[in-house]
Amino acid sequence: MSGVKFLNSESVDFLVIGAGAAGGVLAKELSVAGFSVVVLEQGPYHREHDFTHDEIRYTFQPGLTNNPGLQPITYRKSETERARTIKAIEYGRQVGGGTVHFTANYWRFHESDFQERSLYGAIPATGFDDWPISYADLEPYYTKAEYDLGISGLAGANPFEGPRSKPYPLPPMPVKSSGVLFERATKKLGLHPFPAPVAILSRPYRGRAGCVHCGFCESFGCEIGAKSSTLVSVIPIAEKTGRCEIRPNSYVRKIETDQRGLVSGAVYFDGARRENFQRAKAVMLCANGVESARLLLLSASNRFPLGLANSSGVVGKYLMWDSGSEVSGVFEHPLNEYKSIQVTRLIHDYYRSDPKRGFYGGGAIDARFDYYPAGFALHGMPKDLPKWGSEYKAALKTYYTRTMVLLSHTTSLPVERNTITLDPEVKDAWGLPAVRVTFDPHPDDTATLRWMVPKQVEILQAAGAKKVWVQPFDVPDLMPSRHLMGTCRMGNDPKSSVVNRHSRTHDIPNLFIVDGSNFVTSARQQPTATIQALAYRAADYAGRAAKRGELS
Amino acid sequence: MNRRHWLSTCVATAAWAEIAAALQHAHAAVESVTPPHFDVLDPEAAAEIEAIAAQIIPSTDGPGAREAGVIFFIDRALSTFDADEREAYRTGMAKIQERRKELFPNSTSIASLANEQQIALVQAIEDSGFFDLLRTHTVMGFLGDPSYGGNRSGIGWKQIGFEDRMAFQPPFGFYDAELDASNK
Repeated sequence: MSGVKFLNSESVDFLVIGAGAAGGVLAKELSVAGFSVVVLEQGPYHREHDFTHDEIRYTFQPGLTNNPGLQPITYRKSETERARTIKAIEYGRQVGGGTVHFTANYWRFHESDFQERSLYGAIPATGFDDWPISYADLEPYYTKAEYDLGISGLAGANPFEGPRSKPYPLPPMPVKSSGVLFERATKKLGLHPFPAPVAILSRPYRGRAGCVHCGFCESFGCEIGAKSSTLVSVIPIAEKTGRCEIRPNSYVRKIETDQRGLVSGAVYFDGARRENFQRAKAVMLCANGVESARLLLLSASNRFPLGLANSSGVVGKYLMWDSGSEVSGVFEHPLNEYKSIQVTRLIHDYYRSDPKRGFYGGGAIDARFDYYPAGFALHGMPKDLPKWGSEYKAALKTYYTRTMVLLSHTTSLPVERNTITLDPEVKDAWGLPAVRVTFDPHPDDTATLRWMVPKQVEILQAAGAKKVWVQPFDVPDLMPSRHLMGTCRMGNDPKSSVVNRHSRTHDIPNLFIVDGSNFVTSARQQPTATIQALAYRAADYAGRAAKRGELS
Repeated sequence: MNRRHWLSTCVATAAWAEIAAALQHAHAAVESVTPPHFDVLDPEAAAEIEAIAAQIIPSTDGPGAREAGVIFFIDRALSTFDADEREAYRTGMAKIQERRKELFPNSTSIASLANEQQIALVQAIEDSGFFDLLRTHTVMGFLGDPSYGGNRSGIGWKQIGFEDRMAFQPPFGFYDAELDASNK
């Protein structure tokens, strides 16, 4: 797949930083539109044949994610604490980014998600706000993402979803036993289960194979390319244009600006840790909701002392977390949940916030099983069973094939003091300041989790579970966060936001930021579909701006 | 979401080169016609560790840690991606030996204790940090990929009902099969 190579000295039309959910989409859209594109990706370029089912490699080791041995992360609950080194956040670190190893849940946000402040009012001491765009603005791009990438689902099955212009391109995946039990129970309770929309091919699609149900989606790379990562869907199209170069093992340390205050390219370390400078007419920063903010802060200069695109001072602020509670149940007969994809049914009945509850928040609940054998034996069993000995061994035999999990996906409020900053002491293997995470959930987020757990228990009991158990769900139990949102928030006011409604920075006309950092609110997690819809929309806009000569 | 695996990741954050070395080592061991040898552990220490691993996953009702070759996985781990844990094993095992002498003054080794005595010893140390590490390694060696030297021929997987296959067809379990049958 090796194609065009650009010289560092050639000023390409677009430099994309990060080849993940958003960067992969931008690479394809912009190169197909006729622009020259270089994509700098800090991680390696894997192929399907590199992936295996090795649980030790991919879940006990940072197989496809950031390695804290090389890139330490520090965490503190509040500014008054000294941060300690812990893997507080996790992201995909390779061409394809998190779309390579994600579970592949692929929901659209609801219409209400974009205007919750108008619906529920202000929440004191938070940055709770409406988005500057509506669901209708994003709808064409959700559709485009679903067709371009290959999403399986059943249109109209989720009664809470906003209007859609087209059905899913692929039918839903076959239901598993967890889905059957969940559907039966939730219907009994008057709820509205629907087939999970997933970025996994239920049938062959555009030259790619359909899923063979091996069961290794979450944390693993798909060996047959049926998971609709940007690695196997859009990046090959970008490369085929002859106008896009994907440059792996390229770790950016600074975005440079010229005397006009426009970005001019990026300084990066190549695989041999040599410094290079790639020139570009415009930069699309897609390094994820943590690394994008960090790179802007690392790019501070005399002209931009607070970091790039940070005249508002909000770069790195309003970090939102991967929030959810996990409740498990064991059943009489084998479910064999280790087979096939992780999630086949879910509900959005508890999704909307309801002022009557006394706090802001809501969530989705999906039926899943995302444990592999050793991980289940260590962490998935009820805590009141023996953890060693013949009873433990016998219980494993019963529980491994008969357990299912209900996972809630809940709100995380944007709070200004929850931040990404540069650690003043700890450095990464390249000598750059480490990411420092400061995070303490808003009390409403914790209240939402506590409110969801009995709903999960109720469903498992209605499904006939023989025993139900709850996993702990306080931070740091909710570590690492894998949904990285809010640190370069979108808004109309340059004083309180970093990017405008097209993901273009308010401060620098040829610098765009497109990833989870744009999110104003967290919706109910599962951000990938929305990140990618934003990327299609930004590509559309940036391409038109470039053609008008606005970017250079 | 598999943030709980993070708990295990605390045990091991190796660089890729080390994992590759572990795999190569394990492949060489599997392909070798001579019996596997230990890289880090001496045979006496290995026998003592194995005696505890065999209490964590005993050989009752089918193969356990011993038959799965968990001790060879532990040796691989300590010679490659968990080399940092060698000291924890040295000090952890020394403490367990002290405990053994307190509980069973006339004994000479863990391996030579009677089964009930071994169980009593593990009960006495099950809340220690070292036991957590040993349990994690034992489970990884019983249920992890066989290429690391444990889970020989996938016997750990067979014990819990996991089939290692590249493809499955629906129905996958009892309840979706039942639904299929009722729809016919």
